[in-house]
Amino acid sequence: MRREVPIVICFLAGLSFILEYFIPHQNIRPFFENFRQWAIIVIAFAYVLGISNIVRVNYHVIQKKGRDWIYKIVLVLGLFFMIIVGIFFGGIREGTIFFWMYNNAYYPLQSTMFALLAFFIASAAFRAFRVRTFQASLLGITAILVMIGRVPIGENVWKSFPDLVEWIMNVPQLAGKRAIMIGAALGAISTALKVLVGLERTYLGGE
Amino acid sequence: MKFDRLIQPLVFSIILVLFSSSFSLAQEDLSHSWFNYHRVNMLVFLIFFFAVIIIYIERAKVGKSLFIRRIAGLDAIEEAVGRATEMGKPVLYISGIEDVDNIQTVASMIILGNVAKMVAGYDTPLYVPICMPFVVPIAEERVKEGYAAAGKPDAYNRDNVRYISSEQFAYAAGVNGIMMREKPAANLMFGSFYAESLLMAETGLATGAIQVAGTANIHQLPFFVVACDYTIIGEELFATSAYLSKEPKLLGSLKGSDLVKAIIMVILALGAILDTLGITHFASWFYIE
Repeated sequence: MRREVPIVICFLAGLSFILEYFIPHQNIRPFFENFRQWAIIVIAFAYVLGISNIVRVNYHVIQKKGRDWIYKIVLVLGLFFMIIVGIFFGGIREGTIFFWMYNNAYYPLQSTMFALLAFFIASAAFRAFRVRTFQASLLGITAILVMIGRVPIGENVWKSFPDLVEWIMNVPQLAGKRAIMIGAALGAISTALKVLVGLERTYLGGE
Repeated sequence: MKFDRLIQPLVFSIILVLFSSSFSLAQEDLSHSWFNYHRVNMLVFLIFFFAVIIIYIERAKVGKSLFIRRIAGLDAIEEAVGRATEMGKPVLYISGIEDVDNIQTVASMIILGNVAKMVAGYDTPLYVPICMPFVVPIAEERVKEGYAAAGKPDAYNRDNVRYISSEQFAYAAGVNGIMMREKPAANLMFGSFYAESLLMAETGLATGAIQVAGTANIHQLPFFVVACDYTIIGEELFATSAYLSKEPKLLGSLKGSDLVKAIIMVILALGAILDTLGITHFASWFYIE
């Protein structure tokens, strides 16, 4: 029963989403909407699992005064501080402590991480465009053509540069991309089918 | 005969294809209809696809040998784990930033079980930072199962499966922190990734780890190709469980989807030729509203 019940639930849930795609009748739509709401509620409860995992993992380190245990205290205090101010001090609306903390602490940190991407892209591009093999040469030449064609100077150098870039992007580039997409979509459908009918049940554990 | 029963959906599919061509794609109110006729072609495709997969699974079950091409990236997983063992360093497994409602995450969890089994066999620590809380119990179960399958249930450390954050860049920062502190010798990244892919892959590269990545998010593939030693591209991610387990029923489904892929390629070529010749009726069968 430990395995059969989850498989049946998984099958029925998956089937309902497939049926939703094909059945437009107004009388059945509320059922599908409710089903979607249930999924959101269940996922919301999962945050309890996440919080318990954070507390457990960090508590063990703090208790043993392991490496970086001071930072673990900051992490756990930060977690509970945000939960408490979010629930008991005006919610998450504009003007609340939560909102201020989010905008002035979390948001800049997130932006910093995102900004790092520019440097990483530069270093990755440097490695990718090093002309060492025939394929790398092709990649490098194509990248240079696309970059020049996408800026105003490209059109000044040669009037048809933007058209060439459009052709590169819309024909060889898009063809390769779509080939990967079709393959991935079929793989996804196949995996979904295996999960739905219980052929792939390793994710349930206990196999 | 089992096969006769399996052929029926195929015949049904063909009839539906012919039937579908008689429907126009005109806009109409379907709120009182019990079936969206504009999507009949999608239904036909699904039935056909499912039938082909089931047929191949049945063929695999009766013992017919199925050839699966070598996927270098998947062979590299063992190499990466072996290297980590030799160096006495841990293995880091990253399952992407999407929840379990994304099929890539499900595929990633399947791979995680195989990796955990491999890692347990080598007595190498395995760190699994998680982005979505719903994935935590599944990852814990998969790792635990892997250790049990390797005959080392006591070596399983529950604290090594860690929930980091559901926020994309907070998660990336947490994972990068683990990479810089623990210096894992092998970074395995399988699942759905977005902009954080390059942040993590470049950090892993800087630490000198051997990196194997796989995703079906095509916009992230170039980042992984540049920064990782091996990249599993698109569909290969979903083939992993069959490839690693060599289980007939999974191999059968893999061959089934390969056949459908071949059929789609033929249809695409045929559609392109017919459209070029001005015959558009064939292509109209495949429009989806």
